[in-house]
Amino acid sequence: MSLKTKTSDLKKRMQEAVQGGGSQAIEKQKAGGKLTARERILSLLDKESFHEYDLFVEHAGRDFEMDKKYLPGDGVITGTGTIQGHPVCIYAQDFTVAGGSLGYMHAKKIAKIMDHAMKLKVPIIGINDSGGARIQEGVNSLAGYGEIFFRNTQASGYIPQISVILGPCAGGAVYSPALTDFVFVVDKISKMFITGPEVIKTVIGEEISMEDLGGAKVHASITGNAHFYAESEQMCFEQIKELVSYIPWNNTKTADPYPPKNPRSRTYKINEIFPTNPKQPYDVRNIIMAICDDSKFFEVQERWAANIVIGFARMNGQTVGFVANQPLVLAGVLDVDSSDKAARFIRFCDAFNIPLVTLVDLPGYLPGIDQEHAGVIRHGAKVLYAYSEATVPKATVILRKAYGGGYIAMCSNHLRADFVFAWPTAEIAVMGPEGAANIIFRKEITTAENPEEMRKLKIKEYKDKFANPYVAAAYGYVDAVIEPADTRKFVLHALEISKNKDVKNPVKKHGIPPF
Amino acid sequence: MEDINLYREELHPVPEKKLESLQVGDDSYDTILTEKYKKRKPYEPVNLKIVKAAIPGVMRKAYVAVGAKVKPGDKLVILEAMKMKNDILAVEGGIVEEICFKIGERVAKDEILVKIR
Repeated sequence: MSLKTKTSDLKKRMQEAVQGGGSQAIEKQKAGGKLTARERILSLLDKESFHEYDLFVEHAGRDFEMDKKYLPGDGVITGTGTIQGHPVCIYAQDFTVAGGSLGYMHAKKIAKIMDHAMKLKVPIIGINDSGGARIQEGVNSLAGYGEIFFRNTQASGYIPQISVILGPCAGGAVYSPALTDFVFVVDKISKMFITGPEVIKTVIGEEISMEDLGGAKVHASITGNAHFYAESEQMCFEQIKELVSYIPWNNTKTADPYPPKNPRSRTYKINEIFPTNPKQPYDVRNIIMAICDDSKFFEVQERWAANIVIGFARMNGQTVGFVANQPLVLAGVLDVDSSDKAARFIRFCDAFNIPLVTLVDLPGYLPGIDQEHAGVIRHGAKVLYAYSEATVPKATVILRKAYGGGYIAMCSNHLRADFVFAWPTAEIAVMGPEGAANIIFRKEITTAENPEEMRKLKIKEYKDKFANPYVAAAYGYVDAVIEPADTRKFVLHALEISKNKDVKNPVKKHGIPPF
Repeated sequence: MEDINLYREELHPVPEKKLESLQVGDDSYDTILTEKYKKRKPYEPVNLKIVKAAIPGVMRKAYVAVGAKVKPGDKLVILEAMKMKNDILAVEGGIVEEICFKIGERVAKDEILVKIR
């Protein structure tokens, strides 16, 4: 056979394989407002950068007449490519082929591209769109999931892992995304749950729609399983590209530098965007935007546990992770959800050499029986653990109130912040002035001729003496009291001067964080 | 292709109308209360004489009738859930005051099954 014949045979085979489930199945996929697996990969990666492997892999099902079936690529596309020049490994489940169901070879392809990502030390992106385990392949499909989960865990903190949910992702399949660093969902397209509406109805008798059980909005705002929410697949891909620009390829590198830019100070006038009275709210994201490059803040988990704000920005072109209490929501308290949210983000930043900037303005932990019974002790402890463990440069700015346990938890000097700055509006104290005065001066207040008058007097006395940053500064717990307008200058310098920071935790197999 | 801007150009406003008061210690703060916070369940002290379904399921049997005297550890009812027939036992003794279900009835989690006086 001539080379020409051989090549044309190859082309014919390839053409057949890239058809996926065929035109009818593709039409159905499109009717659901979804792109095909191949279109998704091509929209996400740089033009002509995608290189596919294992196109000719065939499924291994031998029972239930599966041996008579041809499933192109076994329902998953795998390969490598670049996103704005950053190398990535990628896979996308193809719902048009046997519902994207996961069989032995399907899982093997995913495991193989994950192994590549680990060897090459580049991020792995998984696009999930699958009906779940391929029942006909029995225990082999379960084995497949297990192999993926194991690799997710091995890769954790070694290479960034991104999951994109663009279709159903149900049952055991949800645990791969759950083990990865960032989960992207799209309105009306993403569906994630352990047991679906039908099982819930038969077993429990409760009726709920797929969307209300595990749609994109649910995971972005109620469960906290998703980190990014988009209105369309296209918007989702833009978000992924943006995220990739902020993070390094692996845990030995730092994120790519970008040209430094000043904040847009005409919009974000730092002296005018917060009230000095600690009981009045403002949106802390404005402060972040007043400090960071070009006032561009890429928020993570925007819709969940909004009492803490986390996300990426750049300072002089370098990626930093911001963690900030949000006085606008629940007064910025730490609670079960916000502790969980912050702790995981802090650990991501620490694992991938991203310096942390913490903005503090909180009255403490949220009081309430529901919080206590929901385990605010062990969840709250995660924040202490994550900050104490983090060895990346840590700069903290105390904006206004920092009371009690909340003060300690928010990357205080005691948890080894490298630099703690405080605005003159900062109040660093064991509790709010009213509570403190009521306890300290209880005798004077209750025995006074006019207790109310005395209470007011004592609150004022306490405020004058303790509701400021100077007591903490006197002990050296605050490194510098700074004017708000100088915040960027001080934080930039702190990060610059910390570049060669070399701190190591005691040698151990691993710590035991309270999760 | 649609024009997608992932970044906000304007200041984040403070929605004054949504502000409510949150008490932390003796101090109160103007802030937005989340749906989750507002919907939190009020605490109810545990009353072991009110026997509730710990899991949703179907009621299969009542071992006792109204007026029966029960002591701790006595079988009260069978609640079938997750394909298991579960004997529900009395934790506290007393007189059965009310059986709150019909045989074959489906019950939700935390639904009251038996009241003991």
